[in-house]
Amino acid sequence: MGSLRLVPILLLLASPALAQTYGVGRAPTAAELAASSITVKPDGEGLPPGHGTAAEGAKLFVEKGCSTCHGEAAVGGVTAAPNLKAPKGPEVSAWDRGAGSNGIPVKAPYATIAWDFIRRGMPLGNEGTLAPDEVYSLTAYLFAINKIIPEDQVLDQDNLAKVKMPIGNEWAPVPGASRDWKSGSPRLAGYPY
Amino acid sequence: MDSKSSSRRDLLKGGALAVGAVATGASVSTLGSGATTPAFAETPATGPAAAPASYATNVAPMVPSTEETIAYGLRSHYVTSKRIQEPGRKVPAIYTDFGLTAHVFTPLQDSYGTIQASSLHYFATTKGSFVPDLDPAQHTLTVQGLVDRPRIFTVADLKRLPSVTRFHFIECSANNHTAMHKNVQESHGATSNAEWTGVLLSTLFKECGVQEKAGWFIAEGSEEIKGADTIPLAKGMDDVIVAYAMNGEPVRPQNGFPLRLVVPGFEGIFNTKWLRRINVTDQYQLNMDDFGHLRKDATNAALGYRWGPKSIITFPSGSQKLPDHGWYEITGLAWSGQGAVRKVEISTDGGQSWNVADLKGTPNRMAHTRFGYMWNWDGGDHVIMSRTTDETGAVQPTRQQVAEFFKKDYTPQYRPPGLNNTIMPWKIASDGSVTNGIA
Repeated sequence: MGSLRLVPILLLLASPALAQTYGVGRAPTAAELAASSITVKPDGEGLPPGHGTAAEGAKLFVEKGCSTCHGEAAVGGVTAAPNLKAPKGPEVSAWDRGAGSNGIPVKAPYATIAWDFIRRGMPLGNEGTLAPDEVYSLTAYLFAINKIIPEDQVLDQDNLAKVKMPIGNEWAPVPGASRDWKSGSPRLAGYPY
Repeated sequence: MDSKSSSRRDLLKGGALAVGAVATGASVSTLGSGATTPAFAETPATGPAAAPASYATNVAPMVPSTEETIAYGLRSHYVTSKRIQEPGRKVPAIYTDFGLTAHVFTPLQDSYGTIQASSLHYFATTKGSFVPDLDPAQHTLTVQGLVDRPRIFTVADLKRLPSVTRFHFIECSANNHTAMHKNVQESHGATSNAEWTGVLLSTLFKECGVQEKAGWFIAEGSEEIKGADTIPLAKGMDDVIVAYAMNGEPVRPQNGFPLRLVVPGFEGIFNTKWLRRINVTDQYQLNMDDFGHLRKDATNAALGYRWGPKSIITFPSGSQKLPDHGWYEITGLAWSGQGAVRKVEISTDGGQSWNVADLKGTPNRMAHTRFGYMWNWDGGDHVIMSRTTDETGAVQPTRQQVAEFFKKDYTPQYRPPGLNNTIMPWKIASDGSVTNGIA
């Protein structure tokens, strides 16, 4: 009886449903996978090797044209591009620093977010052209002017994710950030609307 | 053969003449019987409406189609309905307007049924009007990360897999109606419903073999910033579609050509356009596009994620005018991000009493449903509202109910937390004019 009960399970394991079912598409080469893998996880996995400093970043901020939109001191006001240096410092909550439209870098819960944002989205019109060292330097510059790291700190693939961000735990994850989320989960427990 | 077909043509022609004569006769007798049709009665006999009285006079000029319009049709030049920029936003006309999101709103007041014409479907971008020009013969989708068999699919590959065709709405968080909006296009134009055809993401996940420790997937676009969202794997296994077609044709560029993700019921930005990569992962992360969901408050974060039950009256709605008292069909759209619409109710007395509306057709899950309710307007002042209940039993609230739930003082400026699914009142004045009824 017990062994009979196992039969359907064994059939299921042997069925092609668990293997690749249609064989459509092709396997990527290792080089293709590496090229398309630009995800950087909050714990730093996926960061390419490299390093940079705020001093180097300050130079790049002008050379790469960042200052054209964000202003020479990164305080904004030139175009619609946001202020990147918060008017207020660590004496107030990350939410109250008045840092411009999206609040990166002071509101980013993970340092990797700022790094990823610069690599993907900047500079305007030349997105994706910055070398890893340049992205580390620009990140270090933005963190230093917002007093998130010391001015002389070298940021690299090993210490970036360890940077303590000013927002701390003062932010609320969306419901789908939980592994327990299901399609049938309510939008907000106890909310009738 | 020739003579046969020619005599058949003559026969058909004769038949058409006979039918025409009968139809003409009917029109004449209608006019003669004291004009029961108001349009005829009120129009001078010299106007175009008098034409049916004489079959022989074709008052409408016969216009030949051009080669272009035979190849690809155009709507009547009498139909001029257009999309608009989100009210209160500067038009992001140039590339340097970074940070200015383009929200382009659909004219819901002119829509019928539930499908929004693809050319009028709302869209939003983070880079003004710019969209990537992707060659579907070259474009690929890579599924990688925590999978046993990473795959690269061409668009043609995806079309070999079992397809689904489903109706779904997409709605932007910008759909946040306030007392300042003059009409339904301004207040609710950032949602549209379409028939989406594509492959279920779960089919691709089976092809690739998702590993046990996976909890989320990141969907990434092909535009310059490679905008990316983190979505629970449970949603991907449930009903997410990698769509290559909408409304019977390839997805339009502004809506993600050649591939877009449809994430039914979730806030618009999750429906990743120009999809190029799915990365299965074991950590939730705040990517380029996820960062906009960062909130201080858990209630705001929770209610800013998926749409609740929502509905809107599209006729009569703001800026329209009822010409006279009498019967009208109050009509509009209802939907929910949590499933199908179960019920729509209409109030014509500011929410004091409610009447069940007719649902036009079978409501689909996470899709617009058209409703109608026949109303005999007495010519007086009225506030009309619609509210919907979805299959989970959640009921669309008034703004006042939301304020009360969260123990906030209500004013017309009150902004409900998260995505705004509150009831929209329209005020009908005795002259028939319709205005925003938020008070």
